[in-house]
Amino acid sequence: MVLKIQEEKTFVKKIQTGAKPVTEVAGNIVYDTRNLNLWYGDHHGLKDVNLGIYENEVTAIIGPSGCGKSTYLKTLNRMVELVPIVRTSGEILYRERNILDKDYTVEELRTRVGMVFQKPNPFPKSIYDNIAYGPRIHGIKNKKILDEIVEKSLRGAAIWDEVKDRLNQNAYGLSGGQQQRICIARCLAVEPDVILMDEPTSALDPISTLKVEELVQELKKDYSIVIVTHNMQQAARISDRTAFFLSGEVIEYDKTDVIFQTPADQRTEDYISGRFG
Amino acid sequence: MIVRERFEQEMQEVQKQFVEIATSSIHALKTAFDALLEQDLEKSLKILEDDLVINRLEEEINDRVILLIAKQQPVATDLRRLMVLVKAASDMERVGDYAVNIAKETIRIGKDPLIFPTNNLQTMCNKTVEMLENIITAFTEEDTVRAKEIAELDDYVDDLYGATVTLLLRAGAENPAHIHQITHLTFICRYLERSADHATNIAEHLFYLIKGKHYELNN
Repeated sequence: MVLKIQEEKTFVKKIQTGAKPVTEVAGNIVYDTRNLNLWYGDHHGLKDVNLGIYENEVTAIIGPSGCGKSTYLKTLNRMVELVPIVRTSGEILYRERNILDKDYTVEELRTRVGMVFQKPNPFPKSIYDNIAYGPRIHGIKNKKILDEIVEKSLRGAAIWDEVKDRLNQNAYGLSGGQQQRICIARCLAVEPDVILMDEPTSALDPISTLKVEELVQELKKDYSIVIVTHNMQQAARISDRTAFFLSGEVIEYDKTDVIFQTPADQRTEDYISGRFG
Repeated sequence: MIVRERFEQEMQEVQKQFVEIATSSIHALKTAFDALLEQDLEKSLKILEDDLVINRLEEEINDRVILLIAKQQPVATDLRRLMVLVKAASDMERVGDYAVNIAKETIRIGKDPLIFPTNNLQTMCNKTVEMLENIITAFTEEDTVRAKEIAELDDYVDDLYGATVTLLLRAGAENPAHIHQITHLTFICRYLERSADHATNIAEHLFYLIKGKHYELNN
């Protein structure tokens, strides 16, 4: 008996590794970036970026230093505009509206899109006032409502139990990891839709990092999260999708399972395998 | 390009050890079968002794790979390569075990003259050894085309196994006085067939390594 040589397609068994194609599981798109180009003066920082950020998912952005990943993140809440020499072209649709349009106000956008930075940056105020700051700006003055918001936000950032007895103490007295979670709580207090995180754990110790990572997993039930990270294992651990940036281009964007198991592009494989070139 | 030199070196060491375990196991299988034909009990006993080295080699490969994963956290192809090396080493260790089983059957047969022609068994052994040797080359050269061809040869061994067992059963029925020897030879036939299956397994591991998907090369 001679076994017929089967075609490659037919002998791929059910037990496939890797994730299903993106299209099968795609939820709602929160941010749809279309042909985004960005220049810092003459430097072409982002080149034809096309990227969809999905609702209630964690999207990780990885890539070597200077690849444009933080720049991209900062375009999502228009922080990049703070740099005078920046020019952009293309579209970033947030909930189907182009945030780069002149009539789209930054205030409106940033109410919906919170940001957490690399270094914890609490205000030099009490823990309570840090969290109540945003809601107060939005006109909430009722103490009872503010109390509720503060507790809910601190609980949401998994730090309530650690600070509930010292809400009036200065946030500067907390550890780095706690300060970062205070910043996340401050972000949650204005009930955003999206949370942008720019290397949120790079200044934290391993235990604080773990807590923030666990928190991110919890938060994605209610928020859509975009996280820039230098830590590839972190991207692998916590994200649903990963985009690999190199020299301002998106080289590959796929389910995280695919990126870390069977990336399609050799440059992605080289980067995640620690062969930088 | 910055290459993770230390990681590459360690991985090459594991690959070398894999070739070592493969060579030892294939040698054990050949020797065990020769010992059967020669009814050389000393040689058979030596197989049992040498298997300890093969077992130890497999453990060393596992330990090294676990350490490499813990220390270097490989991903994608690097991670698959390590996992596949562990699995392929396990396959070759099993081949070593089959060599031991054949040696034990040979010892049980003892010096009683063999009443059954050994041609089919010899052919099976030759084909199995050839498959294993070639698959190790294909595996180290990461040649999937060759690996697929080798896996397809398993059908030949399977057919020969089926035919030989039928002949052995008939011989047993015709020579009830020699049923013990026939039983031992039937087991040996089975061990050879199983050894060839491990060549197919290794071919499948290679496909997984290269393509990142699971393939079944032989139904």
